[in-house]
Parts: sequence; C-alpha cells; structure tokens
Amino acid sequence: MSATIFTLKETPPQRCDFSALIPGRTANVDEMERIEIQTTKERLRVGDLFRVTPGDEATLRFEGGSERFDCVGANMSGGRIEVIGDVGQMLGVGMRGGAIAVSGNAGRLAGAEMIGGRIEISGDAGDLAGGPLAGGTTGMRGGVIHIQGNAGERAGDRMRRGLLVVGGRAGSYLASRMIGGTVVCFGEARTLPGYLMRRGTIILGSRAEFLSPTFINTGAHELVAMRLLARWLIEEGIAGGSQLAATMRRLVGDTAIDGRGEIFLPA
Amino acid sequence: MPELIRNDVVIDDTFAEAFGMRATAVIITADTIAWARQAAVTMTGFATSVIACGCEAGIERALDPAETPDARPGVRVLLFGVSTSVLEQQLVMRLGQCVLTAPGTACFAGLDGEERIKLGAAIRYFGDGWQIAKRLGGKRFWRIPVMDGEFVCEDTTGLTKQAVGGGNLMIMGRDRLSTLAAAEAAVSAIASVPDVIMPFPGGIARSGSKIGSKYKALAASTNDAYCPTLKGRVESALTPDIGSVLEIVIDGLTAASVRAAMQVGIGALVECGAANGLIRIGAGNYGGKLGKFQYPLHELLP
Repeated sequence: MSATIFTLKETPPQRCDFSALIPGRTANVDEMERIEIQTTKERLRVGDLFRVTPGDEATLRFEGGSERFDCVGANMSGGRIEVIGDVGQMLGVGMRGGAIAVSGNAGRLAGAEMIGGRIEISGDAGDLAGGPLAGGTTGMRGGVIHIQGNAGERAGDRMRRGLLVVGGRAGSYLASRMIGGTVVCFGEARTLPGYLMRRGTIILGSRAEFLSPTFINTGAHELVAMRLLARWLIEEGIAGGSQLAATMRRLVGDTAIDGRGEIFLPA
Repeated sequence: MPELIRNDVVIDDTFAEAFGMRATAVIITADTIAWARQAAVTMTGFATSVIACGCEAGIERALDPAETPDARPGVRVLLFGVSTSVLEQQLVMRLGQCVLTAPGTACFAGLDGEERIKLGAAIRYFGDGWQIAKRLGGKRFWRIPVMDGEFVCEDTTGLTKQAVGGGNLMIMGRDRLSTLAAAEAAVSAIASVPDVIMPFPGGIARSGSKIGSKYKALAASTNDAYCPTLKGRVESALTPDIGSVLEIVIDGLTAASVRAAMQVGIGALVECGAANGLIRIGAGNYGGKLGKFQYPLHELLP
C-alpha cells in the first residue's frame, strides 16, 4: 500500500504545529483533514492546507513543505514521514522510533531530545540539531540524525547517546557540553567543537576552525573502533563512511571540566 | 552384539550418550590470523573437561576478514559449561586473562539470541574509568585503553541452553600409531562441521574414564574395560587383536550438530578402513541412564 499523500495547496498563513499529525494516528482521511495545526487563535486544519489522498496510515508523505512547518514527526514512535520541501523547527522532537526524511532544509532544534528512530535531512539544518529544548538537561538520547548539508551552531549540544552525522560543515560549538554518543562531521567545523564536553566522541573528517587548548593531543592512533564505525555508516547508507581513516589523531577533553571525551581529526 | 562391518572395520551396535549443556560463542580477531589463533589457543588451552577445568572450549573455525565485525582475520571459539553461572564466570575469566592480554585482539559476540551473558560488560572496569562505551545499531561495544591501543569488546554475547556435550567415538586399532593416525583423520574431518568443538588435546582423549573408583576421593578413573594392557585381566570390551584405543569427544551447540559431527567422523574412519590398522569403532554410554541424548552408531553409517 502506498503512502497517505498530503499535497500542499497554498503557502501556510501562519506557523503550523504538526505534532498531532503523526503516522499510525488514524487511517481515516476525514479525521486527518480535521486535525488542527494552528499556532495562533486563527484555526487552521490539515484539510485547509492540504489535499489528502488516502493510503497507508503508517507512511505520511507531504508534497510541498515550508519553513513554517514546526514539530513535524514530534514524539512519533513508528512509521515513516517524508517531506518534499523544507520544514521548520523541532523536526522529530522527542521522537522514539520510525523514520523521517526531508528533501529540503530543516530549521532549528531538528531531532531535539529524540530517543530513537532516524531523521534524514537532505539539505541544511538550523542551530541545535539533536540538542536540548530550552531548559532541558540533555539533547538527543538515541537514534540517528543524518544532515547531508550543513548544520548550524551547537549541533549535538548536551547530546547523551545516539549518532549525529553532518555531511557538510558544522557551525560553532559542535557537540558543546556533550555527555555521550557520537558526532561525525565530514566538512569543516567552526570554532570550539566539543566545548565543555564531558564524554562522547566527535569525529572531524576535515578540520576545525579553532580547537580549544584544553584538549590534549594524544597522538595518531589506528583504532578498531574506527573500523566498526566506518562499517556501520556504510551499512546504514550514510555517505562518507569509507572516508574515515583507520589512523586518526585523538584529542582528549574537555579538560576544563575534567572531561574524558574525544575529538578525532585526520592524522 | 550383532556386528556391522564397513570397509573391513567393525562398527559396534551401540550408542553414544550425551548431555544437555549451556554454551556460548565469541569471535576473536587480531591483526593476523596467527595472533587470533594464539589468543584463542591460550583461552581454550586448559578447557578439556568440565570435570576439573570449569568449562570445555575450543576453536570452532577460522574466519575470513569478510566474516568478522571489524573486517580483520579471526576465529570463532565455543565454550560449554554445566550451568549458566559457571559458564559466565569461566568466559569472563578467560577473556580477561587470555584475550585481553593478547596483542592486537578484539572480541565480539559469536552467538545471537535473546538470552545474553556478559562479555565486555564484565571486564570494562579494567579501564579504570577511562573505558568508553559505544552503541552502533543494536549492539554495544566497550573500548578499553590498553598499552597497545584499545581493546574493543562487545558488551554481551548470546547463550544457548540447547547445547549438547559428550558425543563420542571410540577408535580401536591394532597399535598406538595406527590408531592415532585414524583418530587424526577423523578429527580433521570433524573440524569442518559447523558449531562443534572437540575439547581434548588435538581433539583426542587417550585416557577415557569411567564413573567411580576404588579410591573414595576419585569420582572417575581409567576406563579399564578399554585398556589394552588389561585385556583378559578385567572384564574387557576389547578383543585380543586390539592394541590401542582413542576417544574423540564432541560438544556442539545443538543436538543436530553433534550428530553431524559423529556422522562425519565415522565416515572418515570407515574411509581409513582396516588396511592401516583400524579394527573397530565404538561409543561410550551409561546405559542411557544419565544423558538425555543418544546417538546410535548404526544410524550414522555412510
């Protein structure tokens, strides 16, 4: 059975909250069309913005996106969402399972506090991808975020577990305050990646604009763990996996907080 | 006993009696196959019998880089024990003393399954706080800093309660060397059967035992019925022409794998034939009173 298709009819007149429209919620097209997605006092329903073509309720496909579409896939626990276009902020926030694929760009807080599942963004992502919500103590706690383009600032902030991959460049403070998990950035990282990180692994395939002197260079090492990661990336279809060199330079830190995290750079 | 003869070799109409056991498996990789083997041989060296070694263990087979999680050469090791707790204890002890210590090694789960026992989860503390856990897909690995870099060890491996130990073949020949040659041929053939090991030295036991002893302290003693120097002096199972007996013991992850190994072993022995001194093939049992599994030899003939 093919996906349930939501064809965008017009530009959204306000920011929209998509948290009620997740896979498996309902199979009934009328119910779907009645779901409210407004964020102001002007009521806006799914049916006002989209023409809905019935299909498998576990797969939702949005033909036409917008940077005003917030909370797409919020807290979903299974199924699949595809967006042909952009999305706004908090893509897949709190997600527990399933998969989301966005062909365009995502706003800030993509995958914020996610616990499981997989997010694929073909374009760029805004700040705080995989990070915490305001006042949150941890960022993502599981799952995989793959940003094929560039990431904004503080991607992976306070990350606890899981995998964040940036195919392009990352903004400043990549994986700041990291607690655990793995971040891979194939392009250049701007200033101070791993700022105040406690544990976890950051792998930079290219270079960092500026590395904190509180990270200690332990030299070049050929590690079995790197083979496992490279192989896993290849198996998961994440491009660039084979680029991870067997021998890389390992920096341990952030010693400013007695951290035991690590940053890998090309040897 | 009615006699069955193949290629002039007599095959006793008897059965091997085997026991249910717990088993697990690990994969040991290293920079070269030689080092992976060395770690495995050290780990399984003193693991011939649960009577006094704690577990029975051996190398099941060598693995190509294409078959291992880190794409390096490796071997698969099986361990068998009488209980889960003893098996887990033995695994961790041997892992820590023999695999962790061997240059360049990594250790991964060798058996899938819902029931798990600790691998890296037990020895991670050797890292003294510097150890790192990594989750990739559904699996968790530990990276423990060691002097030659890092020891990577998967968190857990699988456990099976369907394992069988004590499948066996008694090989009776004219003299010691010809019996040994026949036994070696059988071991070589059985080595290609998946999911089995032969825990005794080189796969062969020369000192088969019986239950009980005239000495109160000993639970087991020499199987005098099969000792050639006691022919006629004790109630012997041997005919006058038999000068030497060797036993191959087989442990397998399933009853079927033990059966397959015994069948392959008998096939290799029959192929040896009587021309080079092999006289008779038998098997050991306890009258069917102790073990849950029975392998009648006549069902396993080529």
